[in-house]
Amino acid sequence: MDELAITVIGPDRTGIVADVAEALSGVGANLSDSTMTRLRGHFAMTLICSGPTGEAVRKALAPITDVLSTVRTVRPESDGAAGGEPYLVSVHGADRLGIVAAVTRVVAAAGGNITDLTTRLTGPLYVLIAEVDLPPAVAADLGVRLAAAADELGVDVTLRRAESEIL
Amino acid sequence: MTGLDWKPENLGVDGRVLSVVTAPAGVLSAVGAEVDPTDPEIVQLAADLVATMRVSPGCVGLAAPQIGVGAQVFSVDVTQHPKTATTHGTFVLCNAKVVEASRWRPGREGCMSVPDLTGDVKRAGRVVVEAVLPGTGEPVTVITDAFEARALQHEIDHCAGKLFLDRVAGAHAIYQRRVYL
Repeated sequence: MDELAITVIGPDRTGIVADVAEALSGVGANLSDSTMTRLRGHFAMTLICSGPTGEAVRKALAPITDVLSTVRTVRPESDGAAGGEPYLVSVHGADRLGIVAAVTRVVAAAGGNITDLTTRLTGPLYVLIAEVDLPPAVAADLGVRLAAAADELGVDVTLRRAESEIL
Repeated sequence: MTGLDWKPENLGVDGRVLSVVTAPAGVLSAVGAEVDPTDPEIVQLAADLVATMRVSPGCVGLAAPQIGVGAQVFSVDVTQHPKTATTHGTFVLCNAKVVEASRWRPGREGCMSVPDLTGDVKRAGRVVVEAVLPGTGEPVTVITDAFEARALQHEIDHCAGKLFLDRVAGAHAIYQRRVYL
């Protein structure tokens, strides 16, 4: 069955998630994966859900007038999505244009797949944290390339294994 | 401190390999019952936990709720793990409680009962655990650190109906797990 990819963004306020989630459940939309976070006073939601038609969801969200939403139909993820070794990239330094572009280009060139990424700007400090799946045996070389890119940008970078212990 | 002077063979029964329950399942979220460690059923349960743990690749601990039994019994064996410092070998504890915990550290952990996710969880790097041994009912105090301390806290949580998901550090601290042992 096809799924719906939905984005909703609006000025943060109490109840914004409840309003959107209620509208979705009201038309039988079953939320699967989602991420919702506040970005500089805007509340942003990205959701995958299944059940209703895109049109039904658009209608259900229409009465929430202080948010901007998009709804589109997407194919479900195929089984056995590409794996890799999980790593974390941390970048921090003085804000300047192109940090994300430069760092993620280096990661992509190494065949690394970014699975999660957050950036924050607080005062003059820019911070980027990314979760990356890497192909086997590229980490050492990627570390060197990231360091070179960071050097050019005047920021600090670390690449480390996201170790997890299965208990 | 090394070893509890205890071996699974002391139980005197053969363990059965049982299947591991995965979330969502009521038994994983229910508080396990305190047990009589000398009860033959508990002795069998202890043997089953060790047997099931041993056939599960990379498994360093298994609690009774994970094989469908709501009881405060678990097995641990971290002897082969690279992050192990202190180890007490293979052992099973009943009615275990953490009585002292210190050196709290974050770490990413996963669970055989939540196979597709990992999460960042703060655990004590040093613990004192009081419990009784299955079979004899002998009271023991386990003082340990590092990975064995983490494993004990994870298993004691299972016995209290808690998963690592109940302790993750934040909304962004769970991760899809794509690399399997």
